[in-house]
Amino acid sequence: MDRIPILKVGEFLLVSVQVDMHDRLALTLQDDLTARIVADGARGVLIDISSLDVVDSFIGRMLGNIAAMSRVLDAQTVVVGMRPAVAITLVELGVALPGIQTALNVDSGMALLRKRANATAPSAGS
Amino acid sequence: MNALADTILPVRSDEDIVRVRKRVREVCIATGFSLVDQTKMVTAASELARNALQHGGGGDLHMTMPVENGRRGVRLTFMDEGPGIADVAEALRDGYTTGSGLGLGLGGAKRLVNEFAIDSQPGKGTRITIARWK
Repeated sequence: MDRIPILKVGEFLLVSVQVDMHDRLALTLQDDLTARIVADGARGVLIDISSLDVVDSFIGRMLGNIAAMSRVLDAQTVVVGMRPAVAITLVELGVALPGIQTALNVDSGMALLRKRANATAPSAGS
Repeated sequence: MNALADTILPVRSDEDIVRVRKRVREVCIATGFSLVDQTKMVTAASELARNALQHGGGGDLHMTMPVENGRRGVRLTFMDEGPGIADVAEALRDGYTTGSGLGLGLGGAKRLVNEFAIDSQPGKGTRITIARWK
């Protein structure tokens, strides 16, 4: 069965969606990520969608679900790399991705995750 | 006649929805749509394909590349033989859903295209036609 790989980078999980996901694959990613947040004690999830040329309401809903689930598991989610045409279409479609942090690219997304993890971690060092 | 035109694609599985997105993209590119227009049409097609699969029990997509009043366009007709839509106005309302989505499928798709028509009869199925012009 197809799976989207999830990479562990320090205390964060990194997902780069490189294929046009069918619906079941998107749901599998949602389940896998939730399980990995708990198994790895991850503080944040970064989802790179720069390869996606379409994000419809189903994928939008999956991104929202991941953000909501990670929030209740004490992890932050940042979606990075959305293409301009995808952003325009999502807004017209009516999917505003409420509650989802976004960043333009992986670098700024990782910086955002680190900042938020440090801000919420009581024992965060220097 | 363009080889891409007048194509019928099955919409019977998740994988078919992905194929629909790919083929509609090809037709939009061949018609000369801008990247944003391609994305809108492909996204609308994805919503309607999922609608035909989830609510219509699967169906077919008929793609054409019409030229009307000197303008080139893409017209997509999704046909299923499912239970039909009892209240079309209600189904178009944002947030209305009987399935697993956000309830933005039909209304959202309508906002992404230039023409949108639903012909649905309870018990006989649904036919949704959309078009976008260059």
